[in-house]
Amino acid sequence: MTQERRFKIGKPILEVKNISLSFGGVKAITDTSFDVLEHEVRAIIGPNGAGKSSMLNCINGIYKPQQGTVSFKGKEIPNITPNIMAQMGLSRTFQNLALFKRMSVLDNILVGRKLHTKTNFLEVAFQLPKVKKEEKLNRDRSEEIVSFLEIEDIKDTPVGKLPYGLQKKVELGRALATDSSIILLDEPMAGMNVEEKRDMCRFILKVNDELGTTMVLIEHDMGVVMDISDRVVVLDYGKVIGDGTPDEVRSNQKVIDAYLGVEH
Amino acid sequence: MKPVFMTYTKKDLINLAVCMVLSVLVIPTFITTEYWYTSILIPWLCLALATIGQQIVMGYTGQLALGAAGFMAAGAFAMFNLILRVPDLGFVGSLIVSGLIAAAFGILFGLPSLKVRGIYLMVATLASQFFIIWMIDKFGWFKNYDSSGIITAQDIVILGKPFTTPLAMYFVCLAVTTVLTLLAMNMARGSTGRNWMAVRDMDIAAESMGVSLLRTKVQAFAISAFYCGVAGALFAFCYLKSLEPVAFDIKLSFKILFMCILGGLGTINGAFIGAAFILLFPVLLNAIGNNVFHGAIDATIISSIEQVIFGGLMIIFMIYEPLGMAKLWENIKQKWKTKIPSSTNLKSSLSKKT
Repeated sequence: MTQERRFKIGKPILEVKNISLSFGGVKAITDTSFDVLEHEVRAIIGPNGAGKSSMLNCINGIYKPQQGTVSFKGKEIPNITPNIMAQMGLSRTFQNLALFKRMSVLDNILVGRKLHTKTNFLEVAFQLPKVKKEEKLNRDRSEEIVSFLEIEDIKDTPVGKLPYGLQKKVELGRALATDSSIILLDEPMAGMNVEEKRDMCRFILKVNDELGTTMVLIEHDMGVVMDISDRVVVLDYGKVIGDGTPDEVRSNQKVIDAYLGVEH
Repeated sequence: MKPVFMTYTKKDLINLAVCMVLSVLVIPTFITTEYWYTSILIPWLCLALATIGQQIVMGYTGQLALGAAGFMAAGAFAMFNLILRVPDLGFVGSLIVSGLIAAAFGILFGLPSLKVRGIYLMVATLASQFFIIWMIDKFGWFKNYDSSGIITAQDIVILGKPFTTPLAMYFVCLAVTTVLTLLAMNMARGSTGRNWMAVRDMDIAAESMGVSLLRTKVQAFAISAFYCGVAGALFAFCYLKSLEPVAFDIKLSFKILFMCILGGLGTINGAFIGAAFILLFPVLLNAIGNNVFHGAIDATIISSIEQVIFGGLMIIFMIYEPLGMAKLWENIKQKWKTKIPSSTNLKSSLSKKT
């Protein structure tokens, strides 16, 4: 996997320290710490309800953890909001698809270009030359992503009308359009068949390889995870029970117990 | 389809040209009765403009707001006071400034949208409707201390030329509406409109893409109120020719809401279709009552029937075509296009069977 990479794995780009999150009396995450290195593919795995999605939501600022800190690009971020994280170069997809259903595929991806759009509404209303220039740049980049994901034939279809697998692809495309340095993928392959999964893996690795984008993904399919990730962190009941390369994690007794069950 | 000019495709430009020829050449030549201008065309253009405002905040940004008439009142009374007190601004200048004043109210009353949504926001925005009307009634300054309650609107003078005939006023409304419609279309199709729709369809994802909910929502409310304000000023000066707060009551807000929904949420042309339908329908019913039944049906019954049919239509549209008449029109066009190939398919499949 790691041989001959265009972008060598570097220093930590994202550090999560001692995060604790609870909803009322329910503890979703307890004192969890891990890091993500630049240009790596990092997987978060764990049984259902282990707190994986909650973890992503903490990193992205949708949830506010009661304790702990998130550092991104070497800076500790005090008041995380999805908007601040997006501006700093962190993009994400959602577990239950959060696409703009009534908009076309291309328009969805174009929304991902928001942070590269500097013109205001008055300039847009009067279609000043710089608006046209910027719109063309954004459209060209979006078209590039569309052809990269091999979804040219559906680019004008309203997203709501597409099958699940394609919607997942569009969501990846939208995250890519932001040109973020790190993308969080929440179960990018859930509900896909083998072929679609293989495609998705290919895209994830290609993005990582060609653009050097750091990928953090949550996935259930162990085979897939072990194949494509550089390092894996395993959560169970909101705690880290294993962290390391796929091989290390595979031979970790706690992980085996969590996945296969253990007699008490 | 590639845009050829600004954001417009070739088809748009053809449509625009047809509309312009119709409204600038055909209508003035063939329609000579004043009634059509003063009671149908002028209010149609004014209300369509207000409906575009409602579309921006409700159809595009998905914020359930009800208070368009309040902003219209703000625009109308701002216009009256500007012409009265700052005559140097001129008609067009006053029109723009009154739109901006309405936009300021829009920002103020749009702020609750950050915390509440759906039906609760509707109630919150209803406050604007009542507050603005109350304010105008309460402080005599806005009405220039006129005791009669109804103030006559000043004559429209643009560049020293009076625009007082119905036809001239129609052209004033047409010009303003055309310009603002084109600007709205540019916004709706550009990055601004994409931000609005992103907030409408999935706000949390929009925020994760860097779309600021605060800015986008407040912006939509401001632009919407601007459109309503300008529409209100035109409504008062070209249609009512007088100013009274009662003309901008909650009923008008509901009327605009119906125009927006029946026309088709999230479409600009829907605003015109919806406004035309709601304005023309009572006229049509009256004509049927007078000509078919020769006045056998009481006028009050006809206006009740009108309410019943509107209510029924709203329910039918909500269930079968939530995107309104604009979408219905698209569907009909689509059917026409596919009609020929589908019938040949049918024939070939029939011939295969036999």
